[in-house]
Amino acid sequence: MSIADWFSARESKRYTQTSEQPVGAPDVPDGVWVKCEGCKRTIYEGELAETMRVCKSCGFHFDLTAPQRIEQIVDEGSFAEIDGRLGPCDPLAFVGAKAYADQLETAAERSELPEAVVCGRATVGGRPLVLAAMDFRFIAASMGSVVGEKITRAFEHATEQRLPIVIVTASGGARMQEGMLSLMQMAKTSAAARRHSDAGLPYISVLTNPTYGGVTASFAVLGDIVLAEPGAMIGFAGPRLVEQTIRQKLPKGFQTAESLMTHGMVDDIVPRHGLKDRIEVLLGYLTPRGAKSGEAS
Amino acid sequence: MSKPRYVMEFERPLVDLEEKIEELRRLDLTENPELVNEIDALAQQIEELRVETYQHLSPWDRVQISRHPDRPKTQAYVDTIFEDVVELHGDRHFGDDEAIFAGFGTLGGRRVAILGHRKGANTKENIRRNFGSPHPEGFRKAMRIMDLAEKFGLPLVTLLDTAGAYPGIEAEERGQAWAIAESLAKLSALSVPVVCVGIGEGGSGGALAIGFGDRLMMLENSYYSVISPEMCAQILYKDTKQAESAASCLKMTATDLVQIGIVDTVLPEPVGGAHRAPEEVFDVVGSAIGSALDELAAIPSGELVSGRYERLRDIGVFCELGDEA
Repeated sequence: MSIADWFSARESKRYTQTSEQPVGAPDVPDGVWVKCEGCKRTIYEGELAETMRVCKSCGFHFDLTAPQRIEQIVDEGSFAEIDGRLGPCDPLAFVGAKAYADQLETAAERSELPEAVVCGRATVGGRPLVLAAMDFRFIAASMGSVVGEKITRAFEHATEQRLPIVIVTASGGARMQEGMLSLMQMAKTSAAARRHSDAGLPYISVLTNPTYGGVTASFAVLGDIVLAEPGAMIGFAGPRLVEQTIRQKLPKGFQTAESLMTHGMVDDIVPRHGLKDRIEVLLGYLTPRGAKSGEAS
Repeated sequence: MSKPRYVMEFERPLVDLEEKIEELRRLDLTENPELVNEIDALAQQIEELRVETYQHLSPWDRVQISRHPDRPKTQAYVDTIFEDVVELHGDRHFGDDEAIFAGFGTLGGRRVAILGHRKGANTKENIRRNFGSPHPEGFRKAMRIMDLAEKFGLPLVTLLDTAGAYPGIEAEERGQAWAIAESLAKLSALSVPVVCVGIGEGGSGGALAIGFGDRLMMLENSYYSVISPEMCAQILYKDTKQAESAASCLKMTATDLVQIGIVDTVLPEPVGGAHRAPEEVFDVVGSAIGSALDELAAIPSGELVSGRYERLRDIGVFCELGDEA
């Protein structure tokens, strides 16, 4: 008997086999256990599902997909997607190390979404609004033509229907694979946000981890109220670029939501559990002039 | 001693030949007079090669021209094209960012507000002006001038020449993204004509903050891009040396951008680039701005704002997915 056999014999004595599954292929799907980036604890996925994907021990906020985010904010069953069929093209036939067309395909398969933002109408505490949530799994939720168009249409829809808008951001910035078409989405979305604002309607922006570049420097920070999730990294230039430019170590907490609040750039940091309530309360104050305050329609 | 000549990569073969000719001309040719003719013929060939080289510039070549240290900068345009110029300083909150020029000027009798990214003409100026890369206070100063333009009905002329908004710690802490976003929103809603001219580098959000309007023109060898070719290469290939191919992928030259429908007009430069004959370029840019202002002056202000919105609204390429998607 070799040493290896001895080990496997000992292993088989230690466990009761409940099925015919070979020992080498346990019936545990990938990703059932995750490590918390905050406290390094290993957490069961089932636990996260019950805590809105927030670590019970240290309060670390795990990333959310757009559908998860929407579910956490809106009144159950109230979400009706708008512009769900808008999909990306490859206008510049962009080929880098990978072809953009292939990247789009992979992203769509992985996220089961046609693009990096999901928009729709919903109610929050009975109050109708337009909601947009970005999904970082889709090419880092970068803003190309489709994200820009959907955000713009969301603002326009809210303006026409005289509705508040709430946008939950997460993005690596502009989508370079669409070149200047993507840079110009910054101006387009900002112009649409301005029109919504000029109509006297409220916009609450929620910055989540991470929000950078062309998304931060456009519609994301134009909210009447700008909220951020605890620990979220938010900025214009990415930390690596800043470090390379100034050739110094970055200060502790640089570009975190907490440091942004200290510098006066966000209104408040709202943990995920309180976000829906906070939106409700804020919208109660931000009623358009002429409308009855606290009115739910 | 004259300062050493700045040579761009693609110019190297030309410059080598030119230097050889100069050397030959310095020789005493009294004993071989027939060589003079040969040298002249050679010089003529170089001239043809120069025209040929400049007719086939790659996007990356143009990026190099746009960054040429002798290329005319915003301050030179302001001083040459406009009369009665008054510079205005400060954002009223933090400081005066010299990377942005702000003020008033008169162009052929038309009174306008002027904004421009301002690189230095030498190292000393460049240090003061942070090489033309603004901090948030630069964009906030720009917004003050936009407000003045709006209040007093002055058309706004902007000159674009920046590698980008400065990516530093203080810039981030003072809200670089906030300043750019607010500038975009304000610019979109101005009821006065806005004319933008790309004269050099058009680096990303920092350029865009004062870089869209009712007319967008670009000099032949300027660029406008979502990301610098070097950073794009770093992300795509993990190698900044691939910037040349990134520059082509990004479609960032004036001509490419006319095709995509973002830029209205390409303004021609003299052979060799704007730095070879700045006076010619000032004339071209000055008269292009003048005609654009005249065209826009005829449009009622309400239509200007909605027209500008429609221009932005048209930018983007997407499709409606079918049921199978």
